[in-house]
Amino acid sequence: MKNWLERIYNGIIKENPTFVLILGMCPTLAVTTSASNGIGMGLSTTAVLVLSNMLIAMLRKIIPNSVRIPAFIVIVAAFVTMVQFLLQGFVPSVYQSLGLYIPLIVVNCIILGRAEAYAYKNTVMMSIFDGIGMGIGFTLAITIIGLIRELIGAGQAFGRQIIPVADSAAGKGGYVPVTIFILAPGAFLVLAFLIAFQNYLKRKAAKRAHRPIPAATCADGCAACGNEICGKPLISEEKTEKTENKKEVTTEEKSEAKTEVKTDEASDKEALA
Amino acid sequence: MKEIILIIVGSALVNNVVLSQFLGICPFLGVSKRVETASGMGGAVIFVITLASVLASVVYNYILVPLKVEYLQTIVFILLIAALVQFVEMFLKKSVQGLYRALGVYLPLITTNCAVLGVAIINVQKDYNILNSTINGFSVALGFAIAIIIMAGIREKTEYNNIPESFKGMPITLLTASLMAIAFFGFSGLI
Repeated sequence: MKNWLERIYNGIIKENPTFVLILGMCPTLAVTTSASNGIGMGLSTTAVLVLSNMLIAMLRKIIPNSVRIPAFIVIVAAFVTMVQFLLQGFVPSVYQSLGLYIPLIVVNCIILGRAEAYAYKNTVMMSIFDGIGMGIGFTLAITIIGLIRELIGAGQAFGRQIIPVADSAAGKGGYVPVTIFILAPGAFLVLAFLIAFQNYLKRKAAKRAHRPIPAATCADGCAACGNEICGKPLISEEKTEKTENKKEVTTEEKSEAKTEVKTDEASDKEALA
Repeated sequence: MKEIILIIVGSALVNNVVLSQFLGICPFLGVSKRVETASGMGGAVIFVITLASVLASVVYNYILVPLKVEYLQTIVFILLIAALVQFVEMFLKKSVQGLYRALGVYLPLITTNCAVLGVAIINVQKDYNILNSTINGFSVALGFAIAIIIMAGIREKTEYNNIPESFKGMPITLLTASLMAIAFFGFSGLI
């Protein structure tokens, strides 16, 4: 029983996809103009994540290793299409405001990342809970960002006026909204300060416990999620690459292919270091 | 002609894909440490997005619409892009060695770049024909290249600056992006 609780805790706090792993930045920045948008996006992503984790865990013994990534993508895309229809039919307002970003859930690094790192190796039940944990972690994170932006940018929370706004025409004093927080630059700004704050807390905790100070959250983030996250390979493409290269060695002249592979790998590492 | 110029300016500068649409944030933040790698990434993205928008537009207009299965666009486009990236990589490796050496490393990273899928879907939403889709794809990618190269230039400079401990790494990069987004607002008067 404890295992599944641990998965949920892991998703919300320890490996929060947004703040700790820095995955899925596109929707995080794009749809957080208001808290309710954040919830809409978060729950849609959670639904896709849980369903795709479940199906991938079920099929993990059937999907061959070499075509797993395309298989994951098709499964995820199918669920995204379903969610898109459901939103369009039942909550058209959310569908309107999220627009383009609903189909883009397919390329959200969180979903593919969890499929590869967890669901493909674990049981169905645990994968479902992993999806729930990660989904809630993501939803909470983007709702918080949305709330901050909405509050500073319009004086509202979940669409309700919380802080009375100044009205110069009526001669009424009050809060003057900082509109830039709802616009594009505000997204970068709020996330920058949230991550900086988190780094500050981490450093403080480490100092108190006399532990070595952790390195700042790695800027390479998801470097397009096909590769490494802070040293941990998320989707190990090396294996497939190596097998490809081996085949080549047999077909082409050996020495030439080998040097080519070496230089390729070296430049690859250099670029991602 | 006027329409084409409007598409180019609008997609490359005014509605910059990274700084106002938030597509392709991952490579924008991840591969922007040095101008050299950033321009490699920019080149690869221009190449792939332009090709992908042509293909996606052809497939949508001549296969999905006649069969009345437009709702399959997400699945079809993502598979198309994944296949295209693989194919381009294999093709370059075999026949255009120079280009492969310059762009090869970045190609696998592009499949999960949401800008590619994003452009394909935007083209469909805006009802662009094949020519306009191609031009739109190219200019969106150009906007991406402009943004990532400027970003890399700034990061090369700020690397040696005295940044508060907590802001090192990701936060300072995001702050830079924020200032760039404000600067790009200046273009909004162009259209």
